[in-house]
Amino acid sequence: MHGTRILDEADRLMTVCNSCRYCEGLCAVFPAMEMRRAFSDGDLNYLANLCHGCGACYVDCQFSPPHEFNVNVPRTLAVARAESYAAYAWPRALSGAFARNGLVISLVAALSMAAFILGFAALNDCSVLFGVHTGPGAFYKLMPHNAMAVLFSAAFLYAVLALVMSVRAFWRDIGPPIGGKADGGSIFQAIRDAGELRYLHGGGVGCYNEDDKPTDRRKLFHHLTFYGFLLCFAATSVATLYHYFLGREAPYPWWDLPVVLGTLGGIGLIIGPIGLFVAKSRRDSALLDEQRYGMDVGFIAMLFLTGLTGMLLLLLRETAAMGPLLALHLGAVFALFITMPYGKFVHGIYRFAALVRYAQERRTAV
Amino acid sequence: MSSKYDVLVIGGGNAALCAAISARRGGASVLVLEGAPKFYRGGNTRHTRNMRCAHDAATEILTGPYTEEEFWEDLLRVTGGQTDEVLARHMIRESKDIQNWIVEQGVRWQPSLGGTLSLGRTNSFFLGGGRAMLNALYLTAERLGVEVAYDAEVTDLVIEDGMFLAARLKRPIRGETEIRATSLVAAAGGFEANIEWLKQYWGEAADNFLIRGTPYNRGSILKMLLDKGVQEVGDPTQCHAVAIDARAPKFDGGIITRHDSVVFGIVVNKHAQRFYDEGEDIWPKRYAIWGRLVAAQPDQIAYIIFDSTVVTSFMPTLFPPIAGQTVAELAGKLELDPAALEKTITDFNAAVRPGTFDHTILDDCVTEGITPQKTHWARRIETPPYLAYPVRPGITFTYLGTRVTKEARMLMADGKPSANMFAAGEIMAGNVLGKGYAAGMGMTIGSVFGRIAGREAAKHARN
Repeated sequence: MHGTRILDEADRLMTVCNSCRYCEGLCAVFPAMEMRRAFSDGDLNYLANLCHGCGACYVDCQFSPPHEFNVNVPRTLAVARAESYAAYAWPRALSGAFARNGLVISLVAALSMAAFILGFAALNDCSVLFGVHTGPGAFYKLMPHNAMAVLFSAAFLYAVLALVMSVRAFWRDIGPPIGGKADGGSIFQAIRDAGELRYLHGGGVGCYNEDDKPTDRRKLFHHLTFYGFLLCFAATSVATLYHYFLGREAPYPWWDLPVVLGTLGGIGLIIGPIGLFVAKSRRDSALLDEQRYGMDVGFIAMLFLTGLTGMLLLLLRETAAMGPLLALHLGAVFALFITMPYGKFVHGIYRFAALVRYAQERRTAV
Repeated sequence: MSSKYDVLVIGGGNAALCAAISARRGGASVLVLEGAPKFYRGGNTRHTRNMRCAHDAATEILTGPYTEEEFWEDLLRVTGGQTDEVLARHMIRESKDIQNWIVEQGVRWQPSLGGTLSLGRTNSFFLGGGRAMLNALYLTAERLGVEVAYDAEVTDLVIEDGMFLAARLKRPIRGETEIRATSLVAAAGGFEANIEWLKQYWGEAADNFLIRGTPYNRGSILKMLLDKGVQEVGDPTQCHAVAIDARAPKFDGGIITRHDSVVFGIVVNKHAQRFYDEGEDIWPKRYAIWGRLVAAQPDQIAYIIFDSTVVTSFMPTLFPPIAGQTVAELAGKLELDPAALEKTITDFNAAVRPGTFDHTILDDCVTEGITPQKTHWARRIETPPYLAYPVRPGITFTYLGTRVTKEARMLMADGKPSANMFAAGEIMAGNVLGKGYAAGMGMTIGSVFGRIAGREAAKHARN
């Protein structure tokens, strides 16, 4: 017996699957399962986070419902995965944020954007807020650079700390790899596996979403979202280097590296989340963890808002709308940062850790 | 719409879909009538996982060559010669190409699964298992324009002078209760799920059989064909039967109810008596005899008994073993006579001779002085907890079928070939398998004769 009902169910399913093994070629979950004969809470959380939810094992399973064995691995692991986010959240006091995550994310986003608008309005004269500002340092007429840097660095560092503490708890709980130890090769392998979403492909044909016809759409939109996010992060990083090392202040011309990176990333962050949202809304309810709909959509919406406000800011930065849009964009980014450890963002962190563990086990198993 | 098709395929498994695809590729209009609902489509194919094909060289997923001759020798050995040589050799020759053909229909291969290394050279495994294979075939069939109807139970076949005219349906499909077609492919499986029919040959014992696969293989099409003058082939008592967990559901428990632990212990009946050499040969060569062995025991029940030293020697099982700290406690849980079980195990342990245990070869661990002897892998059962799996006969499929030519054309009782009726898969497996079995052959029969039947049926229809 495990700590929760969903882990009991995951254990039951892994026992069924381990005596069948037909799915071992589909992804990483089943080979990892085969290395074990019994499953601890940590093992199950590891397998749950290793699962990418491609749905192939459900469509291919001769025992999926309505069969009496009622084998639904994608949904069971999705629920277990979401519960593991709460279980490993740091500090523990905030794990409740996962319970009604859609509401929490919406509230934080709304409050954050409202706070930036109110702050801008309170600290700036109306003529400045709705004024037209151009040239280097235009943004800092509305919010001093140092204030921006301190606020966002603090939010970012807090998010990093909370994520590190959370993933540390996960890493300890899943225990040492079966017969191996960490090495650089495993991390490199996991970066490749995560970077190409190797296991979101149903064993080669694509993943299953609304029916039994495989497609690669989710993978494509996830790539757009993920690489869009990385490009935006890179844009901000390059801009920070420009600011401190080259003395060049934002905004930059459209052809300059931070803007090019940010524009490409922004486009990804607009199209990607829309595609993921459409896929989510069409997903076969049998595969869906409906209770986490708010968490999933909340995160998609945050990324979309970040991309959208950023792109609007770029397009309208030389107009009177720049001030309010800057407030909205900063509000969205701030909310994204501080909710990172308490929302769907963590899926990437735990999955990456699980992929590292899997790579270790594979390397030692061979 | 027209209710007359070039080719009507009755059945929805591997053989049926290969026939439908091959007929459609041959230019025929094709309707598939699957008697089961969509989830249960495909009969026993849902539970399969590999196919045995001859090949002259190793492939990406097969570790070495498996020649036609070697395949033939394996078939000869498992059937004890009870096979139609012309048909069987034809199938084996065709199996070489079917391996590639099936991939062209969307099926994907993978190397042999964990725990099945002994099949790595001879058998190609379906990536994702039999249902994944079926899903791929259905997608391809539908893409090609094959029509498929589910819950389409056939109640009668209109056959005149060996000539198929129409099939009658229980429920109308697109307003029609009678489907006419120029050719028929019968690929509707055996009768293993029809307990009443099994009882004709097995008596009341059949009530204690578990059916490993689909509850829809009731043999109704087979019966209609035989009643309407198609020649019968195969021994009706012959079937593929293994010992499966007695706690399995009556139908459709599939692969996961099987047990691979026989060679690691002893097997006793309800009187706690051993009845067969558990170590006769390596397990993959013997697992398919244990269904019949258990079927011959009183109340069709037996118990695999072993101790805690071997629990990790075989695949993990769906149902956990029943455990007792003493033999008597275990006997109590199994409702066996404790004294009898203690005596059986004591006698067995006393008969075990020293040897070097190696389950991968025919080792020298034997018993002496007891009957039946255990001729390999005999080790004392003495380390608690004592463990047991209750087992019953699990019927996979039956061998009674329709006689066919190597064009998969049915032969009538008078020896004349039917003008337009073809058969593929389990419904004609008895042509090749008089008895016995080797892993993956059912799928070979299905794919090879399915493809042939579809091609020939289309050829007939378009002439």
